[in-house]
Amino acid sequence: MTQDASPPQSSRRRFLDWLLGTSVGGLVLAVLYPVGRYLVPPPAAESAASAVTLPFKPDDLVPNTGRIFKFGSRPGLVVRGPGGEFRAFSATCTHLGCTVQYRPDLGHIWCACHNGHFDLNGRNIGGPPPAPLEAYTVRARGDELVVSRGT
Amino acid sequence: MSAVSLRQRLARVGSWLDSRVGLAGLWTAARHKEIPVHRHTVWYYLGGMTLFLFLVQVGTGVLLLFYYRPSADEAFESVQFLMAEVQFGWLIRSIHAWAANLMIFTLFLHFFSALLLRAYRAPRDLTWLSGMGLFGLALGFGFTGYLLPWNELAYFATKVGTQIVGVMPLVGRSLLRVLRGGDEVSGATLTRFYAVHVALLPAVAGAFLGLHLYLVQKHGMSVPPGVERSGAPVRRMRFLPNFLLRDLVGWLAALAALAALAAFAPAELGGKADPFASAPAGIKPEWYFMFTFQTLKMLPPHILGLEGEMVGILGFGLAGLLVLLIPFLDRPAARGEPNRLITWFGIGLILFIVALTYIGYTASPTK
Repeated sequence: MTQDASPPQSSRRRFLDWLLGTSVGGLVLAVLYPVGRYLVPPPAAESAASAVTLPFKPDDLVPNTGRIFKFGSRPGLVVRGPGGEFRAFSATCTHLGCTVQYRPDLGHIWCACHNGHFDLNGRNIGGPPPAPLEAYTVRARGDELVVSRGT
Repeated sequence: MSAVSLRQRLARVGSWLDSRVGLAGLWTAARHKEIPVHRHTVWYYLGGMTLFLFLVQVGTGVLLLFYYRPSADEAFESVQFLMAEVQFGWLIRSIHAWAANLMIFTLFLHFFSALLLRAYRAPRDLTWLSGMGLFGLALGFGFTGYLLPWNELAYFATKVGTQIVGVMPLVGRSLLRVLRGGDEVSGATLTRFYAVHVALLPAVAGAFLGLHLYLVQKHGMSVPPGVERSGAPVRRMRFLPNFLLRDLVGWLAALAALAALAAFAPAELGGKADPFASAPAGIKPEWYFMFTFQTLKMLPPHILGLEGEMVGILGFGLAGLLVLLIPFLDRPAARGEPNRLITWFGIGLILFIVALTYIGYTASPTK
């Protein structure tokens, strides 16, 4: 230790140290802040559409099948039940976000990633998913199927 | 030009370099490096083997950059072109894929041997920390590299892998957006992973590797406490040339294995990623993520009022932290005393990983 040899800390020295320290700190922040903000992607324009007309006709979907459609920027799943009725859900699994599918052999919706099962009301009935699939409303408008959010 | 004058010229170049770089000092240090010889010496080869495979990754990775195009529209096609049209393109990509897998495998072995032989004891605790950092970076390399061919499997593996980050409390959602470059896995995710895979991770890994190798040179090889306690004098082998030549035999064997694996089981590509397709049945992550994947699959939806996957992810995070801090938690080993607890912990960890990986590969996908 050579502390004894150094001059006693004057308040001016302390002030200069403080000034230098805050300047360096400020410089580091001035570099890190824009880099941090740069890495955060700008918010994507969320598709304002709350309804979408499916690109296929009701008759294209035979009973006991399902098909993925684009709902804004996210996948949706329309299922035609064995009785011929249409149901639509968000196709994003509530577990870890994989895209689910309709399994004709099981008669319900299934996620391949972690073996999650959902019934035809979207309820999670097996496997790890913690919540039901978001259900959409399907309306037949003439020869078109229209899927909309909410009821 | 006679042979003598050539030798003289070389000596002159040598002394010119030495006066500027100080090669003689390095050479003397290398000549003095010794490796302890005992019944566990074989485990000393795994670090060097991992290093060799890493160098193979750097070499093949640079070659892949000559043809790869990092965009959602072109990535899959550029890899397809590389595999089908470019001479030996299949070989370079297959070696890159296989060496990645072998590197993670030898890294696992290196990790468990260091754990079970207590190589983490002070003053090698910082070596352990830098090694754990490299382990994390290697997994990062694997995860980001997996997406780059932009195929179906990679797309959903990345979707799940990034979603796992999003499950973390408080910061999860923002971290997920930074990782994905948006709310969904998209072309923005691809360019981000590309930048991380070919620039950020190599730079950080280079720094960690430098520190790790420097510390290994500084402290020398750790002699396991069991061998130390036996009291028998530990024999030593010179690193140059005895140990290095043995290392080279291993590297040559690894290169032969890589060539054979690449030739007989070339890397596959599968179908192009489609964000509007269902996840295909039988989807699997890379084998070294299989045990985490299978654990998440088997956890119930809710545990003690929390979402099952959050409990699983917090559990893995906690286990990782525990492993990281082992040098500071294992007090008996620091005093050179036996500590059965660490042995059982290590063996338990191995059994857990092996068992869940086995279940992951054999379980029916719908059960």
